[in-house]
Amino acid sequence: MNFAVLVFPGSNCDIDCYKAVEQTIGQPVDYVFHTATDLSRYDAIIIPGGFSYGDYLRSGAIARFAPVMSEVQKAAEAGKYVIGICNGFQILLESGLLPGAMRRNESLKFRCQRAMLRVENNTTAFTRDYAVGELIDIPIAHGEGNYYCDEETLAKLKAENRIVFRYAGENPNGSVDDIAGICNEQGNVVGMMPHPERAIHKLLGSEDGKRMFTSVLNAWREKHGAASVR
Amino acid sequence: MAQQVSAKEPTAQQIAEQKIYRQMGVTDDEYALICGFLGRKPNYTEIGVFSVMWSEHCSYKNSKPVLRKFPTKGPRVLVGPGEGAGVVDIGDNLAVCFKIESHNHPSAIEPYQGAATGVGGIIRDIFSMGARPVALLNSLRFGKLTNERVKYLFENVVAGIAGYGNCVGIPTVGGEVMFDESYEGNPLVNAMCVGIIEHDKIQKGVAQGIGNPVFYVGPATGRDGIHGATFASEELTEESEAKRPAVQVGDPFMEKLVMEACLELINAGIVVGIQDMGAAGLTCSSSEMASKAGNGMELNLDLVPQRETGMTAYEMMLSESQERMLFVVEPDKEEQAKAIFERWGLPCVKVGRVTDDGRLRLIKDGEVVGDIPVRALVDECPVYHKPSRIPEYYVKNASVDTTRYPEVADVQDALLRLLASPSIASKEWVYSQYDYMVRTSTAVWPGSDAAVVMVPGTRKAIAMTTDCNGRYVYLDPEVGGKIALAEAARNVVCSGAEPLAITDNLNFGSPEKPEVFWQLEKAVDGISEACEKFGTPVIGGNVSLYNENSKGAIYPTPVIGMVGLVHDLDHITTQGFKAEGDVIFLLGETKAELGGSEFQYVIHGVTEGRPPMIDLDVEKRMQDAVLDAIQSGLVASAHDLSDGGLAVALAESCISGGLGAEVEIATELRADFALFSESQSRVILSAKPDKADELERKVREAGVPVTRIGTVRGNDLKIGVNGRQAVDAPVKQLAQVWKDAIPCLMK
Repeated sequence: MNFAVLVFPGSNCDIDCYKAVEQTIGQPVDYVFHTATDLSRYDAIIIPGGFSYGDYLRSGAIARFAPVMSEVQKAAEAGKYVIGICNGFQILLESGLLPGAMRRNESLKFRCQRAMLRVENNTTAFTRDYAVGELIDIPIAHGEGNYYCDEETLAKLKAENRIVFRYAGENPNGSVDDIAGICNEQGNVVGMMPHPERAIHKLLGSEDGKRMFTSVLNAWREKHGAASVR
Repeated sequence: MAQQVSAKEPTAQQIAEQKIYRQMGVTDDEYALICGFLGRKPNYTEIGVFSVMWSEHCSYKNSKPVLRKFPTKGPRVLVGPGEGAGVVDIGDNLAVCFKIESHNHPSAIEPYQGAATGVGGIIRDIFSMGARPVALLNSLRFGKLTNERVKYLFENVVAGIAGYGNCVGIPTVGGEVMFDESYEGNPLVNAMCVGIIEHDKIQKGVAQGIGNPVFYVGPATGRDGIHGATFASEELTEESEAKRPAVQVGDPFMEKLVMEACLELINAGIVVGIQDMGAAGLTCSSSEMASKAGNGMELNLDLVPQRETGMTAYEMMLSESQERMLFVVEPDKEEQAKAIFERWGLPCVKVGRVTDDGRLRLIKDGEVVGDIPVRALVDECPVYHKPSRIPEYYVKNASVDTTRYPEVADVQDALLRLLASPSIASKEWVYSQYDYMVRTSTAVWPGSDAAVVMVPGTRKAIAMTTDCNGRYVYLDPEVGGKIALAEAARNVVCSGAEPLAITDNLNFGSPEKPEVFWQLEKAVDGISEACEKFGTPVIGGNVSLYNENSKGAIYPTPVIGMVGLVHDLDHITTQGFKAEGDVIFLLGETKAELGGSEFQYVIHGVTEGRPPMIDLDVEKRMQDAVLDAIQSGLVASAHDLSDGGLAVALAESCISGGLGAEVEIATELRADFALFSESQSRVILSAKPDKADELERKVREAGVPVTRIGTVRGNDLKIGVNGRQAVDAPVKQLAQVWKDAIPCLMK
């Protein structure tokens, strides 16, 4: 299974995502620059956190125009696995691959801390190795993670079981309905503010993020008829 | 030599007659020397270039005689002071590169940008050595947090550090924040960066190879930060506000791109020399690079990217626009270098060449507008041996009895007040604004004795801390200096690491005052002696003088940034208690030492007397024993005793571990002294019950006083003194007070 980790000018969790793929599932992974115009050889695309283009405008607002994003669009439509983490989630919102928008944290301050999440949907490619209702410890680090969508969209997200994670303890940013992560209708595109790639080893404080990587590998193998991994 | 100058600029003759150089901080004697070096009177650009290179910030003219005392050599030192940052060997062909630097004055005037650009500058110092920056720390001092202006400074300094570091993607993993009236109006903002580098990748800022092209990379030069170095070398006054233009504006996004591109360039192995444009911008980088190679440099200022029109040579040479680098490559590597920067979308322009005549020659509009011997700029600044005098307060303090205070009736109340003191209280309000996890290598998060960052591809890790108790240094600079070093080492050891080396940031008042210069001399004596004892040489640092406010000099604050090596990840130790039933030990001896303590300040409202004494042999023996015990796998938690003494340390270990403790102290001291004295060379360790005996034996055999003081148990902290219960409080309550203190004050 081939992974691409996108690199925009200002991405800074690209290395962490790359290492996480290597260390959790040992699959081939490449850094792919924002100028790339062909993602056809990749099965999964990770849009990492950071401050793409400095985020001097709305977070992710410039990145959506990068050449690689039209390829991400194609990949998503083709049913390939796409995950946007933190700034990557913001980019997915800005490019319309996921609904809603991001506001500044209610505290108006950047917040870096552990966060307890409740898994709400384990039918996505990235969450199948979790149980619904399970509490997992995945850290956050963002200044604009206050997810917002209108009531109609929220009703739709709920009805279609597209809220993937909620904050289980204190809501650290004021997001609508405690949303921490959502997916598209097909469940192959996931966006989340918390950083699973930062929770893959006990020395980092938690290894609850590991299963997001095993999940997507298992989803791919099932689709391609290979044995699943644990 | 063209004497053509902009209409606004005074002529060389006018500079001499009207003594305009004085406004730039150049004395009459220095001016005469400059005329001698040039063989004529300097024009406006030239006197500007001299004034910044001969400022204290760039030349260390007032501190050099003192700095020479620092031990700078050691078997692990690969690069010592003099380069952008020092480098220390950690084995496996790897090394750590680190440095600390101050941005005090800019932060006093424009806290967000002042602090942000301080972070930016120190990051450039590290990657220009070829190292990948892996961690940031900062050491901050502010006035009392009840003052509105102080709150504003604190809020924005923290936001500035966060805004810059978070965006660049380097975790801010540690540091310290302290509050005391002494820093009102002149906060201290010291930023430290730590990088990792392979031995063969170490760069030097040298302009070698006659005829080699000199490249400028990074954003265009603007009119910001002109005379920043000079501004840093004078006292802050009411007029300082007018110098706001001397504060630069940071662009962390640009920094991130410049960093990635420069590291790529260095890894390609084609760089001859590289240096960042920090203080004194183009002037300092060009003249220092030329000087180190014994060469000269010619710069064509018309080629320098400019953000504004009509910039003069003077403005371009003195601008401190941020995120700019200067580098030299061989002519046949030009295209390769350009391609790298193009990929990152960065302007990269050939602005000059290396020459063989030892002169810095500046060309603008086809004319030579400056022609200065490089040596005169870099090496010939006069060095001043300032007079020093023992301050009156120091003499008076000799007779102050710090045990004369009436005994505190309610020890528990005193403990709660100390935990709520902003200097001791949880700094979560600060560090939760910093991304301390990015790069996924942070093994110990902020809030323990030292931060620990793993070294990729090995079982090793780097422990790092910044420390200095300015009150101790004020009360006795020599002892305070020793303690600053010893405490840094103690923190590093308690995290499971062997201390390697230090970088120091000497924050002092005006060296023109003999009493301040005495503080500087004595503090450096103390630090030097302790460095020798601990085998931790000084591999670089920064001097920030003229830190004064309307009430006089700040407390002398020589901040120690120390880095240690964790030999195996299994050795990583934190301060929190780990498990019910673990045995708690106190190492070291407690005496009635209250001078300069947080207890004295908070409970009795004074800072007086002499600070705790320190015996470096005793300290070293204790630290060696602790490290040995940790490396032998006997220690569950380790926490050094510092501000607030034993009671505060126990509370912190309980809060961090989320566990209670039952402790009983047998002592000849009063309960408040026994619990809040800040006697040095003390640590609390906890151990699993089956390891406790071995730990105790090992420590005792090493000649270190060790007392079994209690057990980790329940949800309350209970401390008895000579059989009388002094403290009995739920850990939850202690944690609440400790965690809420700063957020409450900031609301």
